[in-house]
Amino acid sequence: MPPMTSSPYFSLAILFFGALGFGLAPLGLAWLWAHTFAPPKPNAIKNAIYECGLESKGDAWVQFRSGYYLYAIIFLIFDVETVFLLPFAVAFTGLTAGACLAMLVFVLLLVEGLAWAWAKGVLTWQ
Amino acid sequence: MGLGERSFDVAVDPELKIELGKQGIFVTTIQELYNWGRKSSVWPMQFGLACCAIEMIATTMARYDLARFGAEVFRPSPRQADLMIVSGTVTKKMAPQVVRLYNQMAEPRYVIAMGACAISGGPFKQGYNVLKGIDRYIPVDVHIPGCPPRPEALLQAFMTLQKKIDEQSLTGENRPRYLNVDAPGEFPVPEQGEHDLVPASNPNVWTVPVVIR
Repeated sequence: MPPMTSSPYFSLAILFFGALGFGLAPLGLAWLWAHTFAPPKPNAIKNAIYECGLESKGDAWVQFRSGYYLYAIIFLIFDVETVFLLPFAVAFTGLTAGACLAMLVFVLLLVEGLAWAWAKGVLTWQ
Repeated sequence: MGLGERSFDVAVDPELKIELGKQGIFVTTIQELYNWGRKSSVWPMQFGLACCAIEMIATTMARYDLARFGAEVFRPSPRQADLMIVSGTVTKKMAPQVVRLYNQMAEPRYVIAMGACAISGGPFKQGYNVLKGIDRYIPVDVHIPGCPPRPEALLQAFMTLQKKIDEQSLTGENRPRYLNVDAPGEFPVPEQGEHDLVPASNPNVWTVPVVIR
């Protein structure tokens, strides 16, 4: 068996441990420093959620109304679809039948969404 | 110890240090390195209260260039800042927020009270709604008079603070508050009372001055 040092990956391993030490040594030193000199003094105000100095009210895990799904659909149709339509149009002549069919299915799905939103009256200006 | 001497024990005789320096040998202590590092990268908290804040902003810009002191990084969160510049009028409505922000800063933390309002209430001292100096609730390291102080005055305050940081000792009786296990780390946040903030001041950092007539 050839010695480990002759392996082409040996220098990489050395570099890896060097990099690891480079990252971990300052962290360890900082921990040691804090442990030796700086006594931790946590309290309720210090550990509170930071809200620009104000006391936070309520929970951050609020739920959005499910009624917003219509906006998500409209966004998909008019924004995300355009992103796909442009490369589709550019590469149209070079596409295979399968790729063209897949793209048409995708467009059809979104047109379905448009029809659904239209029926819901989302497109009517009130 | 005399007045001129530094308050902490020096590891190396200062004259010997100068002599060694002339010979090309530089000696230092961990404490000096630590203080040098801290004073060269004071990160102020990004918040302004009134017109003094405009002068503070001017100080950070190219003409006055606070970056020379390593303090150009104004942090928008108290978790990342170690200097609070109380720049402007502290109304009684705002005071609890300022004290809470100070509490949320990580140690070691310093305070510069900038301008007449922050140090005493300034022209609004007789008003019912202005706090008569932020030092009633939090320990202030440097006071700057002026209405508003010029950027040069703020730079002077920075240099004063740097000098103060440089002279802090890591151990011993004179070590700063945050290194002392027994010293308090929490400064009570006042609340809005019926007529005034409750409590009206923090007796641990500020005592009511006795008026002698």
